Amino acid sequence: MIALDDVTIAYGSGPRAVVAVRDFTLAVPEGEAVGLVGESGSGKSTVLRAVAGLIPYAGGEVTLAGRRVDRRRTTAERKMVQMVFQDPYGSLHPNQTVDQTLAMPVAIHRLDNGEARIAQVLAEVGLGREHRYRYPHQLSGGQRQRVAIARALILEPRILLLDEPTSALDVSVQAEILNLLSRLRRDHGLTMLMVSHDLAVIAHLCERIGVMSRGQLLEITTATAMANNQVTHDYTRQLLRSNAGFDRSSVSSGELDVVVG
Amino acid sequence: MATAPVPGPVPGSLRAWLLSPAPASRRQARFGRWFRAWLGFRRNPLAMSGLAIVALLVLMAVFAPLIADQQSATLQVLQDRLQPASWQHPFGTDELGRDIFARVVFGSRITLTIVVMVGVIVVPVGLAIGLPAGYFGGVVDTVLMRITDIFLAFPRLVLALAFAAALGPGIENAVIAIALTAWPPYARLARAETLTSRRAEFIQAAELQGASHLRIIATQIVPLCLPSVIIRLTLDMAGIILTAAGLGFLGLGAQPPAPEWGAMVSSGRQVLLDQWWVATIPGLAIFIVSLGFNLLGDGLRDASDARS
Repeated sequence: MIALDDVTIAYGSGPRAVVAVRDFTLAVPEGEAVGLVGESGSGKSTVLRAVAGLIPYAGGEVTLAGRRVDRRRTTAERKMVQMVFQDPYGSLHPNQTVDQTLAMPVAIHRLDNGEARIAQVLAEVGLGREHRYRYPHQLSGGQRQRVAIARALILEPRILLLDEPTSALDVSVQAEILNLLSRLRRDHGLTMLMVSHDLAVIAHLCERIGVMSRGQLLEITTATAMANNQVTHDYTRQLLRSNAGFDRSSVSSGELDVVVG
Repeated sequence: MATAPVPGPVPGSLRAWLLSPAPASRRQARFGRWFRAWLGFRRNPLAMSGLAIVALLVLMAVFAPLIADQQSATLQVLQDRLQPASWQHPFGTDELGRDIFARVVFGSRITLTIVVMVGVIVVPVGLAIGLPAGYFGGVVDTVLMRITDIFLAFPRLVLALAFAAALGPGIENAVIAIALTAWPPYARLARAETLTSRRAEFIQAAELQGASHLRIIATQIVPLCLPSVIIRLTLDMAGIILTAAGLGFLGLGAQPPAPEWGAMVSSGRQVLLDQWWVATIPGLAIFIVSLGFNLLGDGLRDASDARS
């Protein structure tokens, strides 16, 4: 469903170009959920943006459902891929009600039964009728993220891209959103590509996990392998340790002397 | 988000309908938003007095024929020239024996016409230049903003004077002259507002959904720019009125016998010491209306700050 072959993505052009992702190859079959983990600046979000068509890529090939795509896309290609952003406070227009936010994609793609679609998708993400005409500032963080998910879902995409969809939410809400996402994936047969720095979040939703560092894909492993600590790459092991919470051994040479008391 | 717990609106009342946290329709949501903004605005007494002045100006312009006699605004009664205030002429008469009260009342129509026409020209032009400049950036931005810089470099009144002189005196030309010099700050404002929201995730989300540039600008960016542009316009109104009055004073605005306030001040200046009311009354009118627009603009700015 999603195939990236030797994709290189650079910001800027000419001699000052910064290569953010180099020779990235990954295939996600239909219905599968793949996660990308890595520290900040490892290029994982950049990959997601290139797949979404928000930024151009410099080399290689991105193929979605068998069709090569670039930054410029047709309306049908746009409809196929939707994305949920990290910050539910920044991803909704502050002056528009939930209803207006959801009505726009319907208008763009000239979908029929707009009213019914909006009501249905709201019910699907667990929002009631009373939320439909509220402004974002009248909603909680979790509710906003549900609206963002509804906005992506209303176009009935086949691919859903998730850019740290839970990291701006508090822990109890995180779990709700993750459960919602896995239910939606099951109900709609969505193909998912998810980015996070939180291994627990990734492992909850994804079968396969790609580990990225400095713009390169180091290895592809599975959630089970990660849980059993069966990883090959040193960096992944380090990542696992740092995710296990604070642990003296994760600080390699003891440069960090924590002053107690 | 209810800030202060308002002493319980009666269920079923209009107020309860407007403040409902769960509106049932698009209309209710929109009216509710306006009502909340109004509640914030209403708490500011200075802003309310500004609004009252502007409302009074509008009412005066609309109902001018009911308030004063249209004929006496231009009727010259030479034996009654330069009369002080009396029951017949509440503000006295000018050097041609015209009733100053009637002239001030009908002058409000000219002032309001100028203000509205300048606003109608300036806001769309400013948005048309500023929005694409901020949205597309690069060459588009450079070209559009350098044009803006050129217009910004002209001294406002001098350019307005030159235009009025070249196109011939008259209200329409005064409006064009003022509008030509007044739009650059709006373009800059619109550009700055666009730049702040250009990278926002909701714009990217709209792009991802396949929205065209035009749709993104019109539905996502304009609603964010418009409040600050309207506030700026309200604050500029005083300046526009003064420029119009200045052009009128110099004889390049409204032409006699039209009762334009600036021209009235001008005609009264020869008799300023002995018959002070001839110049002072229209001068006061200009002062009060300018003040009203300024207070209103300040209030609107405060109200919009409080919301964000």
